[in-house]
Amino acid sequence: MIGHVLFFALAAVLLSAAIGVITSRNPVHSAMFLVLAFFISAGLWLLLEAEFLAIVLVLVYVGAVMVLFLFVVMMLDLNLTRLREGFARYAPLGVVLSLVIVALLANVFWFRAQDTPLMVTPELRSADVSNTRELGSVLYTEHVYAFELAAVILLVAIVAAITLTMRRRPGLKVQDVAKQVAVRREDRVRVVKMDAEKE
Amino acid sequence: MEALLNALPGWALLPDAVQTVGVIVAQIVPILIVLTLCVAYLTYAERKVIGYIQNRIGPNRVGFKGLLQPFADVLKLMLKEVVIPTNSNRFLFVIAPLLAIIPAFATWAVIPFNDHFVLADINAGLLYVLALTSVGVYGVILAGWASNSKYAFLGAMRSAAQIVAYEIAMGFALVGVLMAAGSLNLGDIVRAQGGGTLLSWFWLPLLPLFVVYFISGVAETNRAPFDVAEGESEIVAGFHVEYSGMAFAVFFLAEYANMILISALTALFFLGGWLSPFAGLPVLGDTFLAEPGFFWFALKTALFLFCFLWFRATFPRYRYDQIMRLGWKVFIPVTIIWIFVLGGMVHLEIGPWAR
Repeated sequence: MIGHVLFFALAAVLLSAAIGVITSRNPVHSAMFLVLAFFISAGLWLLLEAEFLAIVLVLVYVGAVMVLFLFVVMMLDLNLTRLREGFARYAPLGVVLSLVIVALLANVFWFRAQDTPLMVTPELRSADVSNTRELGSVLYTEHVYAFELAAVILLVAIVAAITLTMRRRPGLKVQDVAKQVAVRREDRVRVVKMDAEKE
Repeated sequence: MEALLNALPGWALLPDAVQTVGVIVAQIVPILIVLTLCVAYLTYAERKVIGYIQNRIGPNRVGFKGLLQPFADVLKLMLKEVVIPTNSNRFLFVIAPLLAIIPAFATWAVIPFNDHFVLADINAGLLYVLALTSVGVYGVILAGWASNSKYAFLGAMRSAAQIVAYEIAMGFALVGVLMAAGSLNLGDIVRAQGGGTLLSWFWLPLLPLFVVYFISGVAETNRAPFDVAEGESEIVAGFHVEYSGMAFAVFFLAEYANMILISALTALFFLGGWLSPFAGLPVLGDTFLAEPGFFWFALKTALFLFCFLWFRATFPRYRYDQIMRLGWKVFIPVTIIWIFVLGGMVHLEIGPWAR
């Protein structure tokens, strides 16, 4: 009973947050609505007793991805009137695209789902079963190749992103921090001892 | 606590759900009150400790030896006007201090104070801690942006980059703790360190991670020497330059609550939490010194808190690019290498993993 109430309350907030993401005029507000949406989805996952997924959603998306998003959105000098200029020109294309997506979703949810029986709700496990342990024991045994593949793809992405920043322009003035840190007192300061002057 | 509530007239008549909520609230309220008092007296301790380090006396006017100083400060801040800049984003401006303090307090839900008392004994406690500490950065970023001020914005940008960088090192250090303890539950992590003397605590096998974790914690809380987010000589006060009165006080509270949190977490992860360093010494016998308990947890937390104050009085501020270099090019490689070493040690059953 309480579960149902919580579910519908969270779902309502989630939907309104999602609508807020696309309707708010200020990009920072949109980003904050998205953060709220992530939080609420984490709550929905908690209702399903998927605490690992819920916490990781907050950790990765709210704690890292959205912070970087906000970082970029705040730095951009967005000119909203220029962004809206092409609205009328591109609106038909947007309508067509959204209709296609609606049709695809309807196909999956409405027509294809009619042949498949409704999924039976899995029985709730007792509270002391550790979600994390269960996930780990499957992830590192059965799905270890997929896991490693994902890791390698991420590594390639990191290397590629770093390579993009490694261009050298002529005449660039950069501090070599390692050199600065390695400076010893003896290289810079010379202590001179002098006799006190006499009258 | 439950016994106390049972003594209330009419308590037994309430429905079960209300009773459960009542018990939880009755546990949350004392924790929050004690925590807030700790924050208040941490500010007093900071002024006293730094005062004595700099050969001054520190506050000594309000109350005996200045002990009522924190209350005088709170009173002063409450009576001041909260100025909201005209061109600021009003909603985000008001909500930003709350976003800073909520994670700092909410994380205490999973902190075990001794062997039995923990508010929520959840399996994924360590992940919960990581997730909530990573949310704290929103308060700073939004405060900087909503103020519509260049100084505040610069401070927020610095702070966001710094917190994101040091979070990675902290996360990797905690991966080491997780590997050593074999559990994400904070209580189990402390129990995994028990059974021996203080040499069996994780600070020894995880020494590099311990150092990285604590220094990253100092950087994460924007404390000196990593306090470029509010570098007074460069950007006035950084992200909270436009805040006044109680709104400023909440930011202040959040910073100190975060310091206590990082100290408590370091004590739990690396110094054996509530375990006694003298366990098994025959000289002490049955005294409380040999018994594990809340006393030891508080003492270890206080030790780290003193280090925070000590650092502030001792070190000059880091330059911004050097902070970034330390985080990305020194700490993260150190943690990754030590995770590999740790994996080897666990696999070959060396040290505490010998069975």
